[in-house]
Amino acid sequence: MNNFLAIYKRELRLYFTSPIAYVLVFIFLVLAGYFFYSGLTFYSMISLQSMRNPYMARLNLVDMIITPLFSNLSVVLLLMLPMLTMRLFAEEKKSGTYELLFSYPVRDVEVLLGKYFAAMTVFAVMLALTGFYHLLLAGLGLQVPRVVLSGYLGLLLLGGAFIALGIFISSLTENQIVAAVASFGVLLLFWIIGWSAASVGPGPAAFFEYISLVKHLMSFTKGLIDTADLAYYLLFTFFFLFLTLRSLESNRWRG
Amino acid sequence: MIEVQGVSKRFGTIQAVRDVSFRVEPGEALGFLGPNGAGKTTTMRLLTGFYPPTGGQVRVAGLDVFEHAQEVRRKIGYLPENVPLYGEMTVREYLDFVAEIKGLKRSARSRAVDRIMETCSITDMARRFIRKLSKGYRQRVGLAQALIGDPEILILDEPTIGLDPRQINEIRNLIRGFAGEKTLILSTHILPEVSMICQRVVIIDQGLVVAEGSPENLSARVTGANRLWLRVGGPDDEIRARLARLSGVVSVVAGDDAGSFIVETESEVRPEMAQFICNAGWDLFEMTPRTASLEDVFLNLVTQETPAANRTEGLGDE
Repeated sequence: MNNFLAIYKRELRLYFTSPIAYVLVFIFLVLAGYFFYSGLTFYSMISLQSMRNPYMARLNLVDMIITPLFSNLSVVLLLMLPMLTMRLFAEEKKSGTYELLFSYPVRDVEVLLGKYFAAMTVFAVMLALTGFYHLLLAGLGLQVPRVVLSGYLGLLLLGGAFIALGIFISSLTENQIVAAVASFGVLLLFWIIGWSAASVGPGPAAFFEYISLVKHLMSFTKGLIDTADLAYYLLFTFFFLFLTLRSLESNRWRG
Repeated sequence: MIEVQGVSKRFGTIQAVRDVSFRVEPGEALGFLGPNGAGKTTTMRLLTGFYPPTGGQVRVAGLDVFEHAQEVRRKIGYLPENVPLYGEMTVREYLDFVAEIKGLKRSARSRAVDRIMETCSITDMARRFIRKLSKGYRQRVGLAQALIGDPEILILDEPTIGLDPRQINEIRNLIRGFAGEKTLILSTHILPEVSMICQRVVIIDQGLVVAEGSPENLSARVTGANRLWLRVGGPDDEIRARLARLSGVVSVVAGDDAGSFIVETESEVRPEMAQFICNAGWDLFEMTPRTASLEDVFLNLVTQETPAANRTEGLGDE
């Protein structure tokens, strides 16, 4: 536990004493702000029109702003979280600190979890800052639906899965660029694999759809917390954290 | 304290270390000597448990380094080659981090770090970023992190590589300060360092232990007989041919300078040789007995290494 905390604090401090965290959070907020702004202006425009056109009266805040915002954010995360995880092991392997770190009395799992939760903390800060938009909506006198909470839970789980995969790939290479590009590629593949469902038989189709990362976020953004989706993200995360532990071990056998 | 029994390590098809065995007693300083690529670093990594051996066993204080990794790591302070440190931390932050991870209690941590910074004379650098430090200071921070937690064993992999002569001396004095108090394993290819600090030497080449013993014993083993260095004025070829025929002389070869010769002898021949040279009418300028240095031992054992004729202490290292 002590070792976990030592690693966690070191990694977290490193994110915030270097520009990494600031740049990522800044860019993320600019993009998220733009999505929110354009959703909101579009919504206000449509609401004006709907006063004259009764057919559009069914529009609501969730469908028009919240759900699109969360799915847009998930795409931004797909692009940005690999940048957060790329250095975690690759940098240590390149600079040789990896060897020194494992000459201290630490267990692999303590190092892994310290790094994982440091990245998760930066990611959580990033997400939490977008909460401002919902405060803004509340300030405008709109009632913020509780869908927001399940949406954030969904994004947190999705991001946790991205980070687990990113860490795993970072443990395979000593090159940070390779780690980032490979993580992005694999994540994108998991993202779009559901598309091929249309072209394969009914059996594989269900499988492809199930392993697709994006499909499981849908229900969260609509306010539905399904245990199947919850289980999917947690399993995905545990699976890749487990693979990372194996990879740390095999690094030593292979030299 | 440390027992290495028939250890070998293979990476794919490359056999980095083959059947290496040696022991280190508590408080002993062992020099681990070999040319670049001989398997020194691999052996150090086997000792710290970073690499599991392909065959054989490494025990530290009776514990297998791989099975009891945590206990063993607590007993070892390790300074890897090239001193990999976290450059983006300050010296103080880094040493605090190491103290925490080595399990020092919060209350003891700050005092321990202060004391070790004092020992290594880096107190003035406490607030500097490690990446901005000079090589000499980095090396000291590297030593400091190894010393945190007061380990019984220090394993230092090429601790003076790339330093200037003054820094080399400082680091060496620092290391010498621990000799006797801690069990020390020093891997290096700088020979005077070993004869200065270590009581025992293991020489490794191409993954094999080629010699083991005290520096003096190893020197004696290589020469077997004495060597004389002569400077004589006269016809070189004739001198060489006639000296070689003296009884007790094994061989005569030309030295580096004109008129100099290296004579290998199997008994004391100096008086007769001096007499002989004078009688022959040549001029005897100099006659110096040369016992083999550790360097000679090394070159003798590690044949493919080209002799570096003017390797001076500390500077002979690229």
